[in-house]
Amino acid sequence: MTAPLVEVENLSVNFVTRESNVTAVNGVSFTMMPGEVMCMLGESGSGKSVTMRALMRLLPEKRSVITGGIRIAGQDVQAMNDRALRQMRGATVSMIFQEPMTAFDPVVRVGDQIAEVVALHRGVSHKAGRRRALDLFDLVRIPSAERRLDAYPHELSGGLRQRAMIALALSCEPKLLLADEPTTALDATVQIQVLILLRKLQQEMGMSVIFVTHDLGVAAEIADRVAVMYAGRIVETGPVRDLLRTPLHPYTAGLLASTVHDQPRDRDLETIPGAPPDMRRLPPGCSFAPRCPKVGGDCLLTVPPPVSPAPGRVARCLRVPAAQPEFA
Amino acid sequence: MAMTSFAADAADERDRGGPQQPLLTVTDLRKYFPIRGGVLGRTVAHVRAVDGVSFTVRKGETLGIVGESGCGKSTVARLLMRLVDPDAGEQVFDGEAVGEQGGISVAQMRRQVQMVFQDSASSLNPRMPVQNSIAFGPVAFGARRADAVAMARELLTKVGLNPVLFGGRYPHELSGGQKQRINIARALALKPRMIILDEAVSALDKSVEAQVLNLLQALKRELNLTYVFISHDLGVVRWISDRVMVMYLGEVVEIGPADAIYTGPKHPYTRALLASRPALDPDQRREEAPVSGDPPNPVNPPSGCRFHTRCPHAEPVCSARAPSLGDATGFGHLAACHMQDAGSGHTAASVLQ
Repeated sequence: MTAPLVEVENLSVNFVTRESNVTAVNGVSFTMMPGEVMCMLGESGSGKSVTMRALMRLLPEKRSVITGGIRIAGQDVQAMNDRALRQMRGATVSMIFQEPMTAFDPVVRVGDQIAEVVALHRGVSHKAGRRRALDLFDLVRIPSAERRLDAYPHELSGGLRQRAMIALALSCEPKLLLADEPTTALDATVQIQVLILLRKLQQEMGMSVIFVTHDLGVAAEIADRVAVMYAGRIVETGPVRDLLRTPLHPYTAGLLASTVHDQPRDRDLETIPGAPPDMRRLPPGCSFAPRCPKVGGDCLLTVPPPVSPAPGRVARCLRVPAAQPEFA
Repeated sequence: MAMTSFAADAADERDRGGPQQPLLTVTDLRKYFPIRGGVLGRTVAHVRAVDGVSFTVRKGETLGIVGESGCGKSTVARLLMRLVDPDAGEQVFDGEAVGEQGGISVAQMRRQVQMVFQDSASSLNPRMPVQNSIAFGPVAFGARRADAVAMARELLTKVGLNPVLFGGRYPHELSGGQKQRINIARALALKPRMIILDEAVSALDKSVEAQVLNLLQALKRELNLTYVFISHDLGVVRWISDRVMVMYLGEVVEIGPADAIYTGPKHPYTRALLASRPALDPDQRREEAPVSGDPPNPVNPPSGCRFHTRCPHAEPVCSARAPSLGDATGFGHLAACHMQDAGSGHTAASVLQ
């Protein structure tokens, strides 16, 4: 049995300011096997991006309080010193962002930025790093790669810039790629190209990917497994097919029903009433209770424990019956 | 009775041309934005943002405009409101030419056409309680302040917000969905006949987006409104639109009834756009992207048909001559593609006829 690549145990992230204390991530646990693609699905403010940044320790140290355990490739991320963190970032775990323009240095040619990373992590010369950058540009299918290495970030189109960022992230063959809405800012015809590219690269390189998105369609295109986040908690996880076909949690079901996708025009869309809760004042029980069609008095008392009605599927909802006895 | 003042009248006294007269007809609209460069700041090139766009919007219908970034859809919206001045083109609102002698003035047109923007926060004054923001337009047009605020509170009810709770709040005290409801209420304050919605639901979370879309449909029925709905979300546009216009690099490539466009797209770009939608079914994943590359730069658009650089059916005629859309002010299903034109010289043209 292979060891899991990522183990997150009861992760919580608090942002502390003078006025308030916001629990952005609230007891998130998951494990990932090597080569798995997991989608974190959730709306803005659900804590999906904060979870990603916690995995790489990218959150501001002074203003965030992180509790719980994070182990990546057997190493405790929380216990790492600066040197160990630098080694991990880029080499074991790397990240791509929604807006590549802000992730690149605007005054350095993209080829040199990739070469710098390779030279630093691999201990090779800058020249060897440039050769690696050229291979990577071919890998991510950037046309006229040689010429594009000398381009500045602003000279590339949105799709090419995102490909260049993927090349940068893959330059040291990470075991885990964190992708934070990498296709959200792209045009429709370009988004599908980048999704297909990421799927192919993931299969060729056998890496694990955590893919953050708010788009159910994107999750359906790329995920093996989906974790649905709401108000800082994972409310449901399961294999992508099962989760999209027979959602367990009322929030997942509501999200699926309210996504506009060829519904009849003469009828109103199904909606989830209300709005996501204020993270400074979360309701005491299930965070979704105020909007839930299946709410009962018991929902308001305690946070629902995870139940698993089928292998591989978990939901935190009192209305989901644990059909099979849970094996620890 | 105050509550009835927003009900749609059976016959709108502002209606000039009758039900058959289109509410809006746009002919050959053009806007080139200059790019200045060099020491003297001379114009060195133009962004051809909107390049000869013609269309018609009927009374009571929703025209959806789709396209990728840089295709000119938002510029069209701003031109219709005259937030930017067109370089060329004619705009006729209910039979009257806008901004021309003997026609309707831009100010008069703006009373009847309102707009809702994508960014709900930056389109509201942060220092003004939202009910005053809503009342601002009527006051500017001469209404008494007390009357305007009373009407604003009535409008808040209409967009699903309790005026007692929300009327005195400032924009930062509201969620994104609530702010967009305020923007819709403000657009309604001048009792417009047409509302231009420029990516009005794109920034909202999915669960809130559906609520706002339902609200827009309900308001349209109740108040007899006509919408121009601009979005990059093809699913949303199909649900809300009666007819759809597809734009690419400043030009209209296809226009027609929504169902005809979605079930039988004629232009290769429309087909590619529809095929690029994620499948929502893990067993139907796309293996091959429908088209490669990014949309070209609108500064120097490709010659002939602007899509020929990415089109799988491109032939020499496509780069030599621009295909024509035909009579875009009609209501049929039209596509600007040489394959749709029997006499164009494209080898696939005769097959299709």
